[in-house]
Amino acid sequence: MENIKDLVCQYPSKIEVKEGIDCLTILIDKKNLYDFLKFLKNDERLNFNMIVDITAVDYPEENPRFELVYHIFSISNNVRIRVKTRVEDGGSIESVTSLWKGAEWLEREVFDMFGIKFNNHPDLRRILMNEDFKYYPLRKDFPLQGIEES
Amino acid sequence: MGIESHLGIITTSLDKVVNWARKNSLWPMTFGLACCALEMMVTASARHDLARFGAEVFRGSPRQADLLIVPGTLTKKMAPYVIKLYNQMPEPKWVIAYGACACSGGLFNTYNVVQGVDKIIPVDVYVAGCPPKPEALLKAIVMLRAKIEKESLKDRV
Repeated sequence: MENIKDLVCQYPSKIEVKEGIDCLTILIDKKNLYDFLKFLKNDERLNFNMIVDITAVDYPEENPRFELVYHIFSISNNVRIRVKTRVEDGGSIESVTSLWKGAEWLEREVFDMFGIKFNNHPDLRRILMNEDFKYYPLRKDFPLQGIEES
Repeated sequence: MGIESHLGIITTSLDKVVNWARKNSLWPMTFGLACCALEMMVTASARHDLARFGAEVFRGSPRQADLLIVPGTLTKKMAPYVIKLYNQMPEPKWVIAYGACACSGGLFNTYNVVQGVDKIIPVDVYVAGCPPKPEALLKAIVMLRAKIEKESLKDRV
């Protein structure tokens, strides 16, 4: 755990490192995210080759509104890391499908539930809701019972 | 075919024979949506044997089945396909809503759940429970058989 933290802290851009309860948490800016994840994947010693989860948290009072959370795992080192970034409402972010194929459906789910768009995604469309559903259900301002339309 | 009173004795005997045949050979369709499907599978297995009530096989195709047991939560995304499958079943057909989610949406009063399968297709027997015990499904089949016995050919082809 210690040497992972040292290797990660050597990254040139500005990142903020926190010790979470279970794994290391990195907070990074939206524009540096893709390069940082590419560095985590391609470095020979870090070797984070498995995407575990991509999800988002809605903080409606704050701006930028959404916090996008990536969990990635290194099979050879058996260590997990969490990368968080902030995205504003109506904003978009670079897709990581080119790094990890498994991110394709995870990003579709984040788009379906929160409305965060991913650039260069091979097939960005809704995955859980109907194709023509107009709202984003997991935002805090969407009612639990749904909106009566038909 | 005369349904007048002087031919009544023939039509009631015919009713009895046809209803006996139908209720003793209810073939369900393999249709499992969520957790209640596991209880339905258990009912069809050796301990609570569903085949002794005539449900000998679970047909894969709706064209060959006459009973639709709906176990599990019906989501709004799945609803058009349930209607399609129900329409593909030939008459006579019956529907059992198995479990709380199929009866009324169950625990989930949320944005993607249809609050009860009877909002889209007509239901004959409701079974409450989460999940209902397999014995409850057997009781539902027995109730359905009693319902079929009271049917008449002039109401349904």
